[in-house]
Amino acid sequence: MTISFDTFALIAIYSAMSVYAIAFVFFAMDLAKRSAEAGESAEEVAVSARQQQGVIATLERTVRQTEAPPTRRLERTGMALTAIAWILHVAGAVLRGLADGHVPWSNMFEFSMISSGIIVGVFLFIQFWQDLRFLGTYVAGFTLVVLGVGTVLFYVPVAPLPPALQSYWLVIHVFLATLATAFFGVGAGLSLIQLLQTSREAGRLKSWKFLATMQDSAKLENLAYRVIVVGFVLWSFTLIAGAIWAERAWGRFWGWDTKEVWTFIIWVLFAGYIHARATRGWRGTRSAWLALVGMGAVAFNYTIVNLFFKGLHTYSGL
Amino acid sequence: MSRPFDHVESSADSINQPKLGTGGYLRFFWRQLTSMRTAIILLLLLAIAAVPGSMWPQRSSDPNGVIQFFSQNPDLAPVLDKLQLFDVYTSVWFSAIYLLLFISLIGCVLPRTIHHLKSLRARPPRTPARFERLQAHLTAPLGEADAVQAIDAAQKILKRGGYRVERYDNEKSLSVSAERGYLRETGNLVFHTALIGVLITVGLGGGFGYTGQKVLAEGQSFANVKGNYDSFSPGRFFTDSDLAPFRLKLDGFSATYEENDLLSYGKPIDYTATLSTWEGSDSSESKPATIKVNEPLSIGGTNIYLLGNGYAPTVTVRDGEGNVAYRASVPFLPQDANLTSTGVIRVPDAKPEQLAMIGFFYPTAASLPSGALTSIHPDLRNPVLTLRVFKGDLGLDSGIPQNVYALDPTGLTPVAGGDAAEPAIELTPGQSAELPGGLGTITFESAVPGANESDWTGSVPRFASLDIHHDPAQGWVLAFVLIAIAGLLASLFVPRRRVWVRVSLSKKAAEIEYAALARGEDPRLEAALEEFASRHASELKA
Ligand code: HEM
Repeated sequence: MTISFDTFALIAIYSAMSVYAIAFVFFAMDLAKRSAEAGESAEEVAVSARQQQGVIATLERTVRQTEAPPTRRLERTGMALTAIAWILHVAGAVLRGLADGHVPWSNMFEFSMISSGIIVGVFLFIQFWQDLRFLGTYVAGFTLVVLGVGTVLFYVPVAPLPPALQSYWLVIHVFLATLATAFFGVGAGLSLIQLLQTSREAGRLKSWKFLATMQDSAKLENLAYRVIVVGFVLWSFTLIAGAIWAERAWGRFWGWDTKEVWTFIIWVLFAGYIHARATRGWRGTRSAWLALVGMGAVAFNYTIVNLFFKGLHTYSGL
Repeated sequence: MSRPFDHVESSADSINQPKLGTGGYLRFFWRQLTSMRTAIILLLLLAIAAVPGSMWPQRSSDPNGVIQFFSQNPDLAPVLDKLQLFDVYTSVWFSAIYLLLFISLIGCVLPRTIHHLKSLRARPPRTPARFERLQAHLTAPLGEADAVQAIDAAQKILKRGGYRVERYDNEKSLSVSAERGYLRETGNLVFHTALIGVLITVGLGGGFGYTGQKVLAEGQSFANVKGNYDSFSPGRFFTDSDLAPFRLKLDGFSATYEENDLLSYGKPIDYTATLSTWEGSDSSESKPATIKVNEPLSIGGTNIYLLGNGYAPTVTVRDGEGNVAYRASVPFLPQDANLTSTGVIRVPDAKPEQLAMIGFFYPTAASLPSGALTSIHPDLRNPVLTLRVFKGDLGLDSGIPQNVYALDPTGLTPVAGGDAAEPAIELTPGQSAELPGGLGTITFESAVPGANESDWTGSVPRFASLDIHHDPAQGWVLAFVLIAIAGLLASLFVPRRRVWVRVSLSKKAAEIEYAALARGEDPRLEAALEEFASRHASELKA
């Protein structure tokens, strides 16, 4: 019984991966098409941007975009496929949870499954508030990597929770961490495009024409900031919940255990990001780099630290 | 783009004075230290400085790891130690970074607090002459309403919306100026100040608290006195009177292992220690209690945690003269998940010669192809105790502290097992064996008389290793953390904005002008202004 739930969970996850892969292809083709389209119009915009004041050029382009909202069929297909893949993904997570008999985030395979699922969930639901479809390639690709690595390299069969993890703090702390990771992930995607866009606005990266169809770097920076700040608050709660749990389980709320160290490092890096964004000379490119460094630390913490560093948190299940 | 905050940054221009006396240099240094740029650098340095603590074992969290590292890297370890890389978080360089950061923080927060207190009392600023320059602006026809009505209504709506309002009327126009979201800056200041509170309470808590470890076998008791601890580390300001008077007795310890799922067969699913407790110095009545891994026991302001467990075989040694020279339940340290465990028995009272033994305990013994034993399940299914026996001077009088879990047999004579002629002694619960050479007998006592192959349950006592902690500042730390979080939420998500409404008296074609300005991050500024304008319009119609 248990085993078959787990088998179905794996089938759902592998199906989700296939659909994500197809979605990725559609998003990538959309980027290519954007490049082709932009090839015709972007040049004039770029020229006028350099001739006139930046403000006016921005206005022109906004006007142009609103005049003829392009129907991006490839992108729409990509979005639909992502949504389908996500439903499979969620089904896989639920089935795994049923097989486990507890929340399905107690080892690295399960974290990969949940965190990538939440990234896509955040990406899909942010659309109601803000059009981030241009991140589709990034999100689908990122998810494919996380889910693929998690399932292929980190898979472990269903196992009962060891006494150390039997706590509702597991539910709270780990869920907050994965949710925060999802926001950081989306934010890093925006910061990445922001950096590319800044380069293009400075006259470099001429061949990356699809960038011309996306928001300008200032807008991207604001978007990234808003997403990352939510991630930062969630990460603060992760840190606090972790400390409370550590107090319950180990008798001290903070002991500089390896995982605690990295949770702290990530928190401080993103605090640095927030300060950077509020500081002349650091706002823009530098703060965007900081966001990427922060996300790099999250990824490092999740893979290298979990697998190779010694500490009290031995839950990789491997 | 608007400035993200209204802090007066100490920019380079203001420091361009040519002559700098000592005071000037101090001021220059202070300005540098409290600038946001320095704060960023220090934050990044702090993040980098924390990294080595995760790469090398730390004395605070993994003292055995440090010892091991020293023995494995005898050349490198002393160098790292000089650099304080085994004590990163108390090192000079780590402390320097965070202390500078906090000094910078104080230097940042103080002037901002003063500035903010002033602005809390200040009136909303004068209505600007030209709205077109502001981030958001729009106009609407005045319609039927007259100017006074319109501005009065706007003032009322803004006030209801939590804005502080101020009228700026003159002969050319009527206008209201409004500002809201002072809580944003308040939150920021509260957040940063609360961080200082966290730092101080964490420091104090470590100073006044203590932590200690105690291993108790089933049936054993513990009274909370310093001398009873296996290890004890007090804070700097600790005094013995901080030890709350209480006693504990470990009545039982139960471990449950997975039985049904074959893939995880034998994995632990529950550990429960059951105790009797006596609180206060003269209580005779005991209260029952349980401790689980995530469920510590709180007694007398002290928390008791279950950190480890294993077996504590009960062994009786009768010496060559027939006297009971030793009888105890000895905690054996688990070596693997199936609780293959090792322990040491020292019998200084044995006559004619002192005895020592290195024991291996296998709760479910099985033979490896090599003939050696191993345990294949953590529960008592086929318990076997093997002992290598030595005789000679144990050196207990030498004053050198000895590790109760390890024995260095140099200088001792092997009697059984290892290099000795006789094989190691092998016992199941309830069995006895003669020691070679008339040195005496040894009995592996069964805790359940009559236990045998059909059911060994409970025949070997278990031990629980307990951590006992007292941290009087913990509640304060949590309080400051929660205040900090509240401040953070306010400072990140409360929009701070200014709104102006103006009706010109000179124009014939009368219209209402609206404008808004964000102070800090405010993605909804335009939308909020439009909502306000339409509410205003509908209220004017009503
Ligand atoms: C212990 C070190 C520090 C930490 C962990 C920290 C953390 C934070 C965080 C999380 C924020 C964002 C929330 C908010 O806007 O209130 C923030 C904002 C801010 N911090 Fe710090 N901070 C530290 C030190 C400093 C120092 C030394 C300064 C002054 C030089 C400073 C000045 C500011 C300012 C001006 C903001 C507002 C930025 C904005 O409005 O976006 N902080 N800080």
